[in-house]
Amino acid sequence: MKRIGIDVGGTNTDAVLIADEKVVHSVKCPTTADVTSGILDALRTLRANPLAAVPVDAVVIGTTHFINAVVQRRSLQKVAAIRIGMPASASLPPFCDWPADLAALVSGDVFMLEGGHDYDGRPFMPLDIAGLKAAARKIRDKGLRSVAVCSSFSPLDPSCETAARDILAEICPEAAVTLSHDLGRIGLLERENAALLNAALNDLAVTTVAAFRRAIADSGIDAPLFLTQNDGTVMQAEIATAFPVMSFASGATNSMRGAAHLSGLHDAMVVDVGGTTSDIGQLRHGFPREANAVVEVGGVRTLFRMPDLLSIGLGGGSHVEQEPVRVGPLSVGYRLTSEALVFGGTRLTATDIAVAAGLLDVGDRSRVASVPKSLINAALADAQRKLEEDIDRMKTESGDVPLLAVGGGAFLVPNRLPGISEIVRVPHGDCANAVGAAIAQVSGEADQVFRDLSREDAIAAARRIAEDRAVQAGAERGSLTMVDVEDMPIAYLPGNALRVRVRVAGAIANPDVDAAA
Amino acid sequence: MSEPELTTIGLDDIEALAVGAWILGTGGGGSPYLGLLNLRRLYAEGHRVQLMSPHDLGDDDWVAVVSNMGAPLVGQERLADSRNIARAVRMQEEINNIKFRAVMSVEIGGGNGVQALMAAVHLGIPVVDADCMGRAFPEAQMTSVAIGGLRPYPCTLYDPRGIEAVVTKVPSWKWMERASRKICVEMGSIASTSKAPRTGREVKDWAIHFTTTKAIRIGRAVQEAHRRHEDPIAALLESEGGKKLFTGKIVDVARRTTEGFLRGSALVEGSDADRGDRLKLSFQNEWVVAWRGEEPIVMAPDLICVLDSVNGHGVGTETVRYGQRVTVVALPAPDVLTSPRGLEFVGPRAFGYDLEFRSVFSPR
Repeated sequence: MKRIGIDVGGTNTDAVLIADEKVVHSVKCPTTADVTSGILDALRTLRANPLAAVPVDAVVIGTTHFINAVVQRRSLQKVAAIRIGMPASASLPPFCDWPADLAALVSGDVFMLEGGHDYDGRPFMPLDIAGLKAAARKIRDKGLRSVAVCSSFSPLDPSCETAARDILAEICPEAAVTLSHDLGRIGLLERENAALLNAALNDLAVTTVAAFRRAIADSGIDAPLFLTQNDGTVMQAEIATAFPVMSFASGATNSMRGAAHLSGLHDAMVVDVGGTTSDIGQLRHGFPREANAVVEVGGVRTLFRMPDLLSIGLGGGSHVEQEPVRVGPLSVGYRLTSEALVFGGTRLTATDIAVAAGLLDVGDRSRVASVPKSLINAALADAQRKLEEDIDRMKTESGDVPLLAVGGGAFLVPNRLPGISEIVRVPHGDCANAVGAAIAQVSGEADQVFRDLSREDAIAAARRIAEDRAVQAGAERGSLTMVDVEDMPIAYLPGNALRVRVRVAGAIANPDVDAAA
Repeated sequence: MSEPELTTIGLDDIEALAVGAWILGTGGGGSPYLGLLNLRRLYAEGHRVQLMSPHDLGDDDWVAVVSNMGAPLVGQERLADSRNIARAVRMQEEINNIKFRAVMSVEIGGGNGVQALMAAVHLGIPVVDADCMGRAFPEAQMTSVAIGGLRPYPCTLYDPRGIEAVVTKVPSWKWMERASRKICVEMGSIASTSKAPRTGREVKDWAIHFTTTKAIRIGRAVQEAHRRHEDPIAALLESEGGKKLFTGKIVDVARRTTEGFLRGSALVEGSDADRGDRLKLSFQNEWVVAWRGEEPIVMAPDLICVLDSVNGHGVGTETVRYGQRVTVVALPAPDVLTSPRGLEFVGPRAFGYDLEFRSVFSPR
């Protein structure tokens, strides 16, 4: 199995070729404004190496393009919101907790209709079919091209949302439709927000994925395209086009997954030290531990499956202040190669300290010869103290665990830290994110309330649902393993109600085998 | 009698109230976030809520006691709507042929801490600065008015589909809990309720006073300390005369459902001054007992608050998770709860722990 992994970051676009789970070649190219030409450059540079100019089975891209669009309020489109579940929740309509500027940009129209379900699967109210048809006609007449549909308890019973999709397909077939149960869990407002953001990114997703395809085709590669999602697994490009929000946090996830792969460790802490920030996370069974709580994206509350990450202002480009001695949080960022002392600049950075201390060999070492030893030691101690505190904050067990240090600024991580059994550094660690993209798996998840079932039976039922979803998303059934399971009894509900969340992941299915089956 | 002095509650007071109510929820009562969203929108439309001292009530005034009853999970799909709680209060006026002078929450802790304000907007009457728990508790009979032996009926329940129910008469508060819980489950495990109306005299004698301003004060202390990059928990303790009991990290959470409640325990591994030590927290919807080894170091009705060590906000029993950095503190319970009769209703034995209540604040 040969795969190319690409990470499109804010500064660099990295590409790697993996053959039989090993890195054959890796390259770094500057990210370009149009994204596509940066990918094309990276692919051309990669393929210039004869070892990497071989046929590949898949290209996997990780990108922060969609989350940046939301954060920077650009390339978003108007959305019609359809909420089903009236007369409940009427005082908190769609967009009610959005930042005003973003709501003004995205809100095209809002429809609130009767229907939906209760926690036990009973219909809440009969679905207002006539109201749905009227809404669809208004959407068509206003020329809105993207619709988000959210119905109460749709993760338990999506039938109201699918009925709405069918009506929309009939009356305004050119509108793209996002159904909230495809994206989220229990939590109407957060799930609706995810659907609205997704719908607002529809046009951008279509053009971006088409551009990715073009870059790959232009580079002469003939292989299916996958995009990585927040949880470190992949989706087929067609699905990614429909669900751009699922790739929001893929950059950080990929570097953690890549670190796991390069080191062979599946349970460890990971620190990815970049130019400006360090991201600290935890690997469990080879996947990042997810944030449990509400995650805000561009000021909007969501329940996305995002890795639980702590970002601190410490990186290779961090400014070093002298009184008192402090590293970061300001950074020279992408200007490192012109502003750092060793590169002929005038700003003392963490990179200069590392060169002076002999931890790193870049630039002109003689330019940091006059940096006093006491300053070097104090700066390194400050960086160590910051890492130590925050790595300990992210640890979830008390014993010593290994720490994987990756990223271009990993030299700032000392060789010993309290609470850490060993510091692991790996070859190609600076391209861990692209490696993570290349080795990503396919996953499926179920999150439902079960009643009158034993705990074991409820988990087994959830697992079957998750496995079916993974296979639908392109996984090979035989390779699926359970990567996460969580069950929680629900207070006050009768019938031993149990909420079960199960996630499975497995290898990308070989398309030929699928065709034969 | 002169007109009582009313204070207008500002939006910043409500933001602080939401933080303080969540802390006073002692792990239960559901998050006040959706209620806060309702009030933000109502305030943006120009509505304002007035706050009234319980001392300013006339003996014969009627006071509505409101509560949003049900499972917090259902509340995440059927979102709090201020008009529903107001309708439950109107039902009490209709069946009893009375007019309410003011409204109060049955519990200041958790999401119910803002329900009285939501009702007040539509009813056009002030909120009484008081409640019946001074915190959150899981059951209807765990209130100061039950401890006072006041009449438990009638109770109105409202579902926005147009379902209106009344529990007309019951022999005890325990029966009120059982009968109203059944109706609530049929309504989808969520209902807007208005408990037995109280007279001004009853509120003066048996309600727990000044808990709305207490919740606002707590929220403000925490928010301001956090904003100034100072320790929010130290600010809370100083403001309320609380005690810091333990600091550490959650290392285990075990949950189970028994008799319709969320029970279980969370284990905190000590850090800083408590390094090497462990604290076990038992909960039934709310935090009930904290144990150091076999020894209970604090128990209900003392308020056991598990707080996020960084921002000082409350940590709920439904959402507490591995790895959270928490500080466990105790706040003093209202006197009525720690009286001998009060302990029959809300002492450790009411939660199934055969322990003699000893307050962490009583002199050794």
